[in-house]
Amino acid sequence: MALTGLEIYKHLPKENCKECGVPTCLAFAMKVAAGQAGLDDCPRLSDQARAQLGEASAPPQRLVKIGADPNAIQVGQETALFRHDDKFHHPTAVALRISDAEDEPALRQRCQAFRKLQFLRVGVTIHPDMIALADESGSPDKMQAAAEVIYNELGVPMVLMSDKIEALSAAAMGPLNGSRPVLYCTGQAGADELADLAQRTSSPVCVAGELQAAADTVEALAAKGVRDVLISRGAAPAREALAFATQSRRAALNKKFRPLGCPILAVACGEDKTAAALDACAHVAKYAAVLVCDAWPPHLLVPILTTRQNVYSDPQKPVQVEAKLYDVGETSADSPLLVTTNFSLSYYSVESEVEASRIPCRILAVDTEGTSVLTAWAADKFNPETIAAALKAAGVEEKVAHRQLVIPGHVAVIAASLAEECGWKVLVGPKEASGIGPYLKNDYKMA
Amino acid sequence: MSSLPDVKEKWTGKVNTVVIGATPEEGGTRTSTVTIGGAETLPFLSFEGAVGRRPAIAAEVWDSGGEAWPEVLRQAYGEALSSPGEWAKKAVEFGVDLICLRLMGAHPDSGDRSPQQCAQTVKEVLAAVGVPLIIWGCGVDEKDNQILPAASAAAKGENCLMGTAREKNYRTIVAVCLADKHKLIAESPLDINIAKQVNILCSDAGFPVGDIVIFPTTGALGYGIEYVYSIQERGRLAALRGDKLLGQPVICDVGFEAWRAKEAKAPPFEGVTDETRPYWGVMWEAATALVLLQAGAELVVMRHPDAIQYVRKAVDRFMPADEEKS
Repeated sequence: MALTGLEIYKHLPKENCKECGVPTCLAFAMKVAAGQAGLDDCPRLSDQARAQLGEASAPPQRLVKIGADPNAIQVGQETALFRHDDKFHHPTAVALRISDAEDEPALRQRCQAFRKLQFLRVGVTIHPDMIALADESGSPDKMQAAAEVIYNELGVPMVLMSDKIEALSAAAMGPLNGSRPVLYCTGQAGADELADLAQRTSSPVCVAGELQAAADTVEALAAKGVRDVLISRGAAPAREALAFATQSRRAALNKKFRPLGCPILAVACGEDKTAAALDACAHVAKYAAVLVCDAWPPHLLVPILTTRQNVYSDPQKPVQVEAKLYDVGETSADSPLLVTTNFSLSYYSVESEVEASRIPCRILAVDTEGTSVLTAWAADKFNPETIAAALKAAGVEEKVAHRQLVIPGHVAVIAASLAEECGWKVLVGPKEASGIGPYLKNDYKMA
Repeated sequence: MSSLPDVKEKWTGKVNTVVIGATPEEGGTRTSTVTIGGAETLPFLSFEGAVGRRPAIAAEVWDSGGEAWPEVLRQAYGEALSSPGEWAKKAVEFGVDLICLRLMGAHPDSGDRSPQQCAQTVKEVLAAVGVPLIIWGCGVDEKDNQILPAASAAAKGENCLMGTAREKNYRTIVAVCLADKHKLIAESPLDINIAKQVNILCSDAGFPVGDIVIFPTTGALGYGIEYVYSIQERGRLAALRGDKLLGQPVICDVGFEAWRAKEAKAPPFEGVTDETRPYWGVMWEAATALVLLQAGAELVVMRHPDAIQYVRKAVDRFMPADEEKS
């Protein structure tokens, strides 16, 4: 049975030491009760209390740390099936697959390519997180050598995939010693072998199979003290992988069924790389904590990373930029002034079009609590008063020599009253950000 | 070893089925009809209940203005873009279940075509293809109220899906859909309460809720899809929990939104080559569809033939292997 926050609180040191990262012991207890923190985060908990609280207070889905600091990634400890109930906490770790059968120059080329896979979207750089090294050579020596090349080049957390315990062991014990790769045995392996492997390498393991088989193995591993475990349906068809992900997450969160309270590793590989990349997007939406894929070409990878960026955003908190005056390019006192909201999508849409136009501009992001132009206008947060106040607050008058501003075409109706409110000349810009370039080049005129 | 807990939900509601199109026996001239909806569980979860009909794909066709579409799309359709009939024919060759005829040219700012012209285009498309039709207005209330009656009359008896009815503008379209026996798209701006409200309004005006398809507004991948995703999931959960006013199948305007994204038209990243540039739009469109299908989408309106193919194959991978073919 799950414990309440107060029941947990009784057993805590009540020193409010903050070492767990939470201001008070009570707040920490509440987080533990909500499944958002584990007792292990409390460094001062007595052994007696730990034993008493024990399993009952563990989050329904375990948090698993992959890799070594400072590049370590944490996955799992999700608390909801739907993001409108609670945000998804730990974004899917995306692993790109490399075959250990490639020769060393090819491996180094892969690493070089991996480093370039950085994409700036709405002010955030999105990128793959891990390398999944697949044993296709059949040789533990080759696996070990490939792991060494990649880890030394990139230092990112890794997934090691092989149907042979020896290959996993060779790679994890040698060059990757201490780096906590995920050891994913894709073949038949008993719980004893896996437990031994996990303990010798101090690494998380991934258990593959159907639900019951996965649960049995997880339980057997737990009995041997191995708890950092991921579960996978392997390379099963998409419909089965979705059923597996949904059922295991429901079992863990709704039924507190410990043997399936593990983060999910999804595999989206296959002959048809485009189809696999599309399946990967679905996996990101439906519960993959780690995704192994072949989406090396940017046009396959960026949709997956963008799906993650979107699905894992906090639904309670609109993504916003600081409400202030931004300079884009080498602005002068005569540069055009564009007004938009501080909803990050609105702001960055405008910013990127201005950048592309190569015409330096100032952008005033008005505080609309992170809502878009039309939504903010409808909610009366983007109106002549708020815009005029933002102009003043940002001290725009001192920075520009002219007295004219451009508003989004969608709010053309406020042009006259805004002009009256702030005394500036108000120009109506295009409705869509994509029209900003042509507008600046062809239509914008200085009074 | 512990036995697995039963994680099946006991849903009390289901998604309505809606048939679009009418064959000669049914009073129309279509060579096929499309049935959507019927799910008694969340998308593709066949372990739990009936997943319903496979999601259908419609190709978007404009009455005019297609020449201004992004270059990758222009290459796919070629000269057919200047003739709605030819365009629709080509789309059917690409393997879609329906045509979504969007009367963009009626928009006062982009052609201001007359009701008669719109009716003519509807007839042209009906004559060109045998698949069922979605007819979508230009989005301007006053103009829609002029063109939709004419378009509806031109397709009388064809059992089209007509759109859209909105909170502030639904009476005219409800009346013509009732008179000419069409199905109806009810539009709401990413708001579950307004989605319900529009259904109530249409129902109060005499339109059967069982003949409605919901359009909860679509956003592209990277451009607000998370809002759409959660609205669709909330709506679907409400439907499965028995809310009959949200039990309608959902239509998503995927192509229109995805091809507005700059990642689709002109990806702003280093390393994009002339060779790979065309694939970005295809992927952006297909990925947008895939994500929305996971949140419950019965009908996706799309553009690029390759994206259409990829989504069709993806649906095959997610639907139960032994699904009934409709």
